[in-house]
Amino acid sequence: MSILVNKDSRVIFQGFTGQHATFHAQDAIRIGTQVVGGVTPGKGGQTHIDRPVFDTVKDAVVQTGANVSVVFVPPPFSADAIMEAIEAGIKVIVVITDGVPVQDMVRVKRYLIGHDAIIIGPNTAGVITPEECKVGIMPAHIYPKGRIGVVSRSGTLNYEAVEQMSELGLGISTSISIGGDPVNGCDFLTLLKKFAEDSDTDAVLMIGEIGGSQEVEAAAWARDHLKKPLIGFIAGATAPPGRTMGHAGAIISGEADTAQAKMQRLVELGVSVVQNAAEIGKTVQGSLK
Amino acid sequence: MNIHEYQTKELFRSYKIPVPDGRMAHSANQALSMAEQLGGDGWVVKAQIHAGGRGKAGGVQLAKTPDEVQQHAENLIGKRLVTKQTGEFGRMVNRVLVEQIHQIETEYYLGLVIDRASQRITLIASAAGGMEIEEVAAATPEKVINELVDPAVGLQDFQCRKVAAGIGLSGKQIVKAARIMKNLYRCFRDKDALMVEINPLVMAKEGQFLALDAKMSFDGNALFRQPEIADQRDFEEEDPKEVEASGHDLNYIALDGSVGCIVNGAGLAMATMDAISLYGGRPANFLDVGGGASPEKITNAFRIVLQDPHVKVVLLNIYAGINRCDWIAEGLVKAMTDLAVSTPVVVRLAGTNLEAGREILKRSGLSYIHADRLSDAAEKSVKAVNGGTV
Repeated sequence: MSILVNKDSRVIFQGFTGQHATFHAQDAIRIGTQVVGGVTPGKGGQTHIDRPVFDTVKDAVVQTGANVSVVFVPPPFSADAIMEAIEAGIKVIVVITDGVPVQDMVRVKRYLIGHDAIIIGPNTAGVITPEECKVGIMPAHIYPKGRIGVVSRSGTLNYEAVEQMSELGLGISTSISIGGDPVNGCDFLTLLKKFAEDSDTDAVLMIGEIGGSQEVEAAAWARDHLKKPLIGFIAGATAPPGRTMGHAGAIISGEADTAQAKMQRLVELGVSVVQNAAEIGKTVQGSLK
Repeated sequence: MNIHEYQTKELFRSYKIPVPDGRMAHSANQALSMAEQLGGDGWVVKAQIHAGGRGKAGGVQLAKTPDEVQQHAENLIGKRLVTKQTGEFGRMVNRVLVEQIHQIETEYYLGLVIDRASQRITLIASAAGGMEIEEVAAATPEKVINELVDPAVGLQDFQCRKVAAGIGLSGKQIVKAARIMKNLYRCFRDKDALMVEINPLVMAKEGQFLALDAKMSFDGNALFRQPEIADQRDFEEEDPKEVEASGHDLNYIALDGSVGCIVNGAGLAMATMDAISLYGGRPANFLDVGGGASPEKITNAFRIVLQDPHVKVVLLNIYAGINRCDWIAEGLVKAMTDLAVSTPVVVRLAGTNLEAGREILKRSGLSYIHADRLSDAAEKSVKAVNGGTV
């Protein structure tokens, strides 16, 4: 199984003909992802990296059966592109774009109500189910196939954790970065629920950071419902209050936002909390015994 | 991005949100003539810096005569004001706001934020004005009203009237307050704000509402469509290293430790700082070089980090995904050569094109401290600060 994407996912790229989208579409194809085409308004009818280009997402869905989209559209046009994908019936929309205005995402989340779609991102490294489907910008070769589910805010910290696990012989069922923005498409809780039901996932690693209360809400649900080990890490113990630490959402606005307070709450909720990012792999291994 | 109180109040005027009559002044003499122009029988002189806690720190002074206005302005302008939010070095006061004083009947709190839990714009109001709203909410949550805005239709009049009644207003005051809330919402939405706070919103003796103090911050990601807001950015309120870094598309935040950090990705950058602290050291900065870090970007990162005289060692920690270790290595060689770096440098590379990156470093003959993992990178950096053998 795995969650969100697998070898049967039919993937399109929005902003297909741009430099980054092209590079990552090629990389995705290399690991076996079914990239069925892309959308660049005004270039419909052309062919790009041997795949058809469409003017609209609707055309792409009708003609290729696409159900997953990777959005590389620049910030001023991202919200429109995401809503276009929602309206066309895409089920998983991965928004790589960094710098989407917050109020645009507020409107997108309102538009999403009543539609059966999941948005991952914006400002995300994306989703990978190793050896099956990569919809993101992560280095696919560092993700061995296995039975640990990973959900993180950050991309590079996700890579760090995966490397530590793979050195210990642990692989990944599906890994998702949800992105660092304050209003994002999908939260930790939604993904924990999916991992809970996934028979290919034995344990879940949740890598959060300062700001907001998503990690705590997810852990509170997990205490009563997740029958698998949950391992947690919160980045930003040394972050000063009131400053935005790279990710727009990573800001300590009150006591409950600090890494220390969040880790404390996770411990109380029964999560195996990692204090030192260098020991994520070991802690995951320990929790499996 | 933040703006000054006087700028926020100027913006309020254009949205018909009532503010006291006031003028900004760059000098004591200018403050004197502003007070005379404003008239009245009492003034307040307010230091304009981007940090809160000004009142308790002496940054807000009352004056009974224009001469007193001049005196207060003289005492404030050109000095550093230390408040609980500025840190020990305080902020330089370059201008003051001179306003007429009003007799106050009651104080309220009014604000708008983007609530992360509901992912919607939320109107916040309280009858407990003039206090920190976080403290009011923690101690007496029943005194704080939150009203969510449906983005599809925007803030409705009935919601504003409901909130106005909820903070104890009645009769015509409800209609007046509701109009202010609606205008504040329009301003927030039009300008891509992240937060606006009127604290206190007062009812003056004459029965009119006034926004006595005002704070507003804006979405840095939306400045491309808010040029008139972007123009109001005050670079003097920011650390010069942070300003330079943002010009090079680097995300840098100065801290007070001795281990300079150059990392890719915000999450890994924070985790690296945390690891340094767990091994007994202190990070000198947060720095995210982002994806696609060119050799020039790495050189700029080194230059900015090394401008901090407290930096005793630099830790470069890169997990290349969209980045490539060979580009990073080229950047490192260029930076260390161009800048003649003599500070010890700990290098941890991982991910895309790792072998090519290591080969470049080996061939360069540069002296650096090699680390394979995050743990040894942090540990070796802390040892190097303490002058130990690594």
